[in-house]
This record gives sequence, C-alpha cells and structure tokens, in this order.
Amino acid sequence: MTTTIEAPRSPYARSPKKRGVNWEKWGWIYMRVSGVVLVVLIFGHLFVNLMVGEGVSALNFAFVAGKLTTPFWMVWDVLMLWLALIHGGNGMRTLVNDYATQRLTRGILKSAILAAVVILIVLGTLVVFTFDPCPAGSPADLLPSFCSAI
Amino acid sequence: MPEQAATLTSQQKTTSRRPAGTLYRGREGMWSWVLHRITGVAIFFFLLVHILDTALVRVSPEAYNAVISSYQTPIMGLGEVALVAAIVFHAFNGLRIILIDFWNAKYQKAMFYVVIALWVVTMLAFVPRHLINVFSH
Repeated sequence: MTTTIEAPRSPYARSPKKRGVNWEKWGWIYMRVSGVVLVVLIFGHLFVNLMVGEGVSALNFAFVAGKLTTPFWMVWDVLMLWLALIHGGNGMRTLVNDYATQRLTRGILKSAILAAVVILIVLGTLVVFTFDPCPAGSPADLLPSFCSAI
Repeated sequence: MPEQAATLTSQQKTTSRRPAGTLYRGREGMWSWVLHRITGVAIFFFLLVHILDTALVRVSPEAYNAVISSYQTPIMGLGEVALVAAIVFHAFNGLRIILIDFWNAKYQKAMFYVVIALWVVTMLAFVPRHLINVFSH
C-alpha cells in the first residue's frame, strides 16, 4: 500500500473552477477605501459638533437645521451615513461569521444586520432630503434665525 | 514550478519573513485586533441609536431637543469621551491595518505604538475641552 504524502507548506492555490465576482475581495477593499474616507468625514463631524464653540452643549434643533439646509453638510452627512452603515454592517457580518457556529444563527443575525442597515440608510437619507427647517406651528425660539425672515 | 517560486518571492518582499498567520497571534498584533473588534461593535451600536435620534429632526423641534438634551448631561458627557476614545482608536488602528496590508507588515508593532501615541495626543486635545463644555453648562 502506497501513501501519497503532500508536500508540506505547499503554496495556497486558488481553485481555477471558481468564477464570477469575488464579493469577499470587494468587501475587503470596501472596508479599506471607506475607512480612509470615514476617518476624514467622522473627524470633521466630531470637530464641528463637539469642539467648535460650546461643543455638545450648543447642539439643538436650530443647529442641525442650519447644517441640514447647507448642501455641503447634506452631502457630508449622507456620505457618512451610507459609508459608515455599510462599513459597520460588513464588520458585524465578519464577527457573526467568526463567532456564530450554527448555520441558522448566522442566517438570523446576518439578516438582522442587513435589515438594520437598509432601514437606517433609507430613513437617514429621507430625513436629510425631506427636512423642513421651519416647521409650521413651532415656537420661533426653537427654530433657526433664518425662519423669521420667511 | 518556477511560477509558484516567483509568487512566493514577491510575497516575501511585501510582507514580513515570518510564516503566514502569526501577525494576529499574541502581543501587539493580537491586542490591536481585539481592541479593533470591541471598538467597532461599540461604534456600530452607537451609530444605530445616533441615526434614530437625529431622525427626530423630522418629527418636531421639541422632540429632537428633548432627546439631544440627554446627550448634554454629565453622565452622557463621560459616555461621549468613551465614544470618541473608541472612534479615535478604531480610526488610527484602521489606518495601521491599511499600511500593514499595502505597505509593510514588518513595522506593525512600531505602528501600534504610533497609534497609541496619536490616540493620547488626540484625546488630550479633546477631553479637557469637551468636559469643560459638559460641566460648565
């Protein structure tokens, strides 16, 4: 009886049969590309909201209304929303794949992550693009100063 | 096979000379990985809550102000220090991971201490100013 012993530490070879898009590779690339952009977006977000002026104490509806009526901050916030949620969702997917041992558990957890990501992206995007900075009937002292000019 | 030999040499040029798979086992490589996961999960769950609370601007100014005022209490002020600490570590260590992948894994330990140093500097710039804003209002 002859036994074939494979060469130890043979280099990893990808099977040539696999075709189609390598989603894991693109996910890996996405984490790095979005990560770099998110460092800039989130550090800028934290600086403007927590460092400038009186920081967290100055946050209120009027402050957010001022930002969400400026195209620059609308684009900034929507980019941050999409990039961060997909980055975070994909990161959570990695953890589920690592730690959930049952196939069913993995399926349930990953579906929950996907649902949370999709719902919050839709909600957040709708909020930014349908925002009304001067809702009718609201007390003027809660609204941004430009509302009184209308 | 000359083709495989060529692949190996190019791999050895771009990564460290250790056998594959040891970068994340033990010491700096492992602890940075552990911290990256813990901070990542914490930031993800904060992100979920933060999008929901910000969405209240679409409900009414009163609703948004009621919730945001809870972010301005001393306890939440300390929570924000923890949040920023997690974000800053995750950000700098993420850049370190990119440098390990695309530049050179040889310097991963040194880069971990650079991450710690940058984290300390950033927190020194943020924490006093933030705590003054929280506790003086």
